[in-house]
Amino acid sequence: MVSFIFSRLMQAIATMLVVTLIAFVLFRYVGDPVNQMVGIETSLEQRETLREQLGLNDSMSVQYLRFVVRALHLDFGVSYQQKEAVSAMIAQRLPATLELTLVSVIFAIGFGVPLGVLSGLHPRSLASRAFMVLSLIGVSLPTFLIGILLIFVFSVQLGWLPSFGRGETVLIGGWSTGFLTSSGLQSLILPSITLGLFQMTLIMRLVRSEIMEVLPTDYIKFARARGLSDRVIHFGHALRNTMIPVITVTGLQIGSIIAFSIITETVFQWPGMGLLFLQAVQNVDIPVMAAYLMLIAFLFVTINLAVDLLYVTVDPRIRLAGTPA
Amino acid sequence: MLNVKRRRRSLHQVSIGVLCATGLTTAAHAAELRFAFQGTLGALDPYTLNETFTLGMLGNVYEGLTRRDKDLTIIPGLAERWEQPDPLTWRFHLREGVTFANGNAFTADDVLFSAERVRAESSNLAGRIPPDAEFVKLDDLTVEVRLQSPNPILHYEWDTWYIMDKEWSEANDMMEPVSAKDTNPRPAAFTAVGTGAFSIESHEPGVRTVFVPNPSWWNDPEHNLERVTYTPIAADGTRVAALLSGDIDLIDPVPVQDIPRIENNPETDILSAPELRVIYFGFNQMDDVLTTSNVENANPFKDPRVRQAFYQAIDVEAIKTRVMRNLSTPVPLLIANELFSRSGEFERWPYDPDAAKALLAEAGYPEGFTVGLDCPTDRYVNDEAICQATVAMLARVGIQVNLNAQTKALWAAKILAPGGFDTDFYLLGWTPGSLDSWNVLSNLATCRDETGKGGPFNVGGYCNPRVDELAAAIVSETDAAKRDEMIAEAFRTMHDETAYLPLHQQNLVWGKRANVEITQRADNQVLFYWARVN
Repeated sequence: MVSFIFSRLMQAIATMLVVTLIAFVLFRYVGDPVNQMVGIETSLEQRETLREQLGLNDSMSVQYLRFVVRALHLDFGVSYQQKEAVSAMIAQRLPATLELTLVSVIFAIGFGVPLGVLSGLHPRSLASRAFMVLSLIGVSLPTFLIGILLIFVFSVQLGWLPSFGRGETVLIGGWSTGFLTSSGLQSLILPSITLGLFQMTLIMRLVRSEIMEVLPTDYIKFARARGLSDRVIHFGHALRNTMIPVITVTGLQIGSIIAFSIITETVFQWPGMGLLFLQAVQNVDIPVMAAYLMLIAFLFVTINLAVDLLYVTVDPRIRLAGTPA
Repeated sequence: MLNVKRRRRSLHQVSIGVLCATGLTTAAHAAELRFAFQGTLGALDPYTLNETFTLGMLGNVYEGLTRRDKDLTIIPGLAERWEQPDPLTWRFHLREGVTFANGNAFTADDVLFSAERVRAESSNLAGRIPPDAEFVKLDDLTVEVRLQSPNPILHYEWDTWYIMDKEWSEANDMMEPVSAKDTNPRPAAFTAVGTGAFSIESHEPGVRTVFVPNPSWWNDPEHNLERVTYTPIAADGTRVAALLSGDIDLIDPVPVQDIPRIENNPETDILSAPELRVIYFGFNQMDDVLTTSNVENANPFKDPRVRQAFYQAIDVEAIKTRVMRNLSTPVPLLIANELFSRSGEFERWPYDPDAAKALLAEAGYPEGFTVGLDCPTDRYVNDEAICQATVAMLARVGIQVNLNAQTKALWAAKILAPGGFDTDFYLLGWTPGSLDSWNVLSNLATCRDETGKGGPFNVGGYCNPRVDELAAAIVSETDAAKRDEMIAEAFRTMHDETAYLPLHQQNLVWGKRANVEITQRADNQVLFYWARVN
């Protein structure tokens, strides 16, 4: 087990190095950072001095090595645009993204699994068909469109929910949370639905097909023959055996929820890391882009590792296969 | 300022609207202005970034020796009055009894300190004061500026050269301007202590900035605000939705396509007026051959007839009505009409495709030629659409234009000096920071070399020694009439040989709730001390 985790950690570091290397190769095609940092009337000599001082005239490989060495000391430099330490900026924005992600995942699982089970048990009922049609919308509509639609209906037309931002936040030991105020909770509703809708429909369709596959199998028939109640059979036996693919997909989706919150955060002006990244791309803020990509790579690798470990606990067959006979 | 919205509502509707609005706002908060802008505000050091929005936001907190009024005329600021005993000497009499928000008194020492700091190496506003100008303290409230050469527009940009508190800067490690090359971030760069109408209560870059009135401000407040919240909202749709839903009171800018929605909503209005920036096309007149053209043995843009043909082939009125939805003002010069006293003497070359064809034939291109056009997609209002319209118009006179439209970061990197001025035909916009013609001539019209020495933003390399001579004379001419005469001659020369192809001034478009009153100044600074929430 220990060697398994260790080898996975090694893979994680290699992945992160490759991701940042690719990022550095791409940065030169994003534009000229100096041009975004100074007023238009800044003289050419001043611009050149700045380029030199920032080390932008060095070769790509030198810049990359410098970044890696600094990153090893957890120093990601100072943002070109905001003149603030990048690590502080990310730490400030991280709570917003993580809270949004958490609520989205709860929303996706909380609605996806029960709806999936229901439509799997009664595939021909009217409600199941309605859910399936709705889920098609969730899978096929692009996120920004869903976001704009929700804002238009619930903020502009009905005026029920705020159209942007996090509302009032409370600072607890450096972590700004929106869970403790009513405006903070209200602000979470629309963005988390926008972000979680795709995942919810995905989980729902997955659970539905798994349930439909499991129900005709022998062990369910035996369970019925033993006289177990429907609830125990459906949720205890059938659902449990459908969980492996659901965990895999959900786990991997958490990574993409964090990574793709860029769009949702932009639409809702949600002050998280995704918005920070997008602003950085527009302004060619290389230190912020590099740090963000490295963090996302780290998250993906960690989540994959966690999913692998969860398998082992949920499905004993994997554990048995790993031990010598 | 022109209010585009001229809709009559019955008294009944208005009173209901007002009742609802007051009922809602008093319940939540008294006289708070919630403002959203598309861009973000970074460090609050007033010498870090020479950019309109940042300087405008800081203008709510800091003040210069001079100020600019609602119509941009120069009025006294921290200096009560000033005089010129001789052309090389300026004497500024400082306002008495002014304090910074931290309680420190404002004196001549602060002016001397700020004059040094703004010219430091890491300052982005070093151009505000000539490097060899000497600041001398005569007494606590009198400062003399001694120049090496006469400068009639010395104080033109001093409304945004903000005076900082010397004691505070010393105590907070702020002696040098904050710059991106600093390896250690300085926390004081995210706070601001000025003499102005507001102070900053909290500042989270990219998230929210809160302003509160400065109780010790020396001036009588025209505003009735108790709090101003600025939120950056980059996405156009979200910004408009936030205004329509009442979460925000003032937005800048409004995307052109959303103007009708805001006008048709009884609770929101549009504020619009011409901005000072002039949008224009430029031509590569420097290289012997154009890399993007099929003309292989010559540079057609070296011939003024070809440039004039391009000018006359473009229907600027059609761009105004179709592309800009009437939110633009066509201009004959590279400077906004209101910034040059004699701009009324100039007229654009008329739109005339037949004349354009004749000019092309005369220049030896009866069949036209091909050329590439560099255009940004996110820099100016409808920039890409303007370029697309131009491509279609030029096609009618036989010019085949290959449009290269890119984001501003890539576009600027290609066409400006760092990219080696790599363009044959380009769209660009210019606002003179000093609001004076000399800035336009020296940046855009004086000859430059390969690296950009000379006219640093003369991308196409236009060069006429007479214009250079005039620009050199204008800089130190103190007689206003003579100076304007020389400026007019330079602009006349450039117009006659079509050095550039000026298009229009784009309009500023802000959206506001009906209960908000604010002055929209043509330089697009958003100044809260002229706002009222009713």
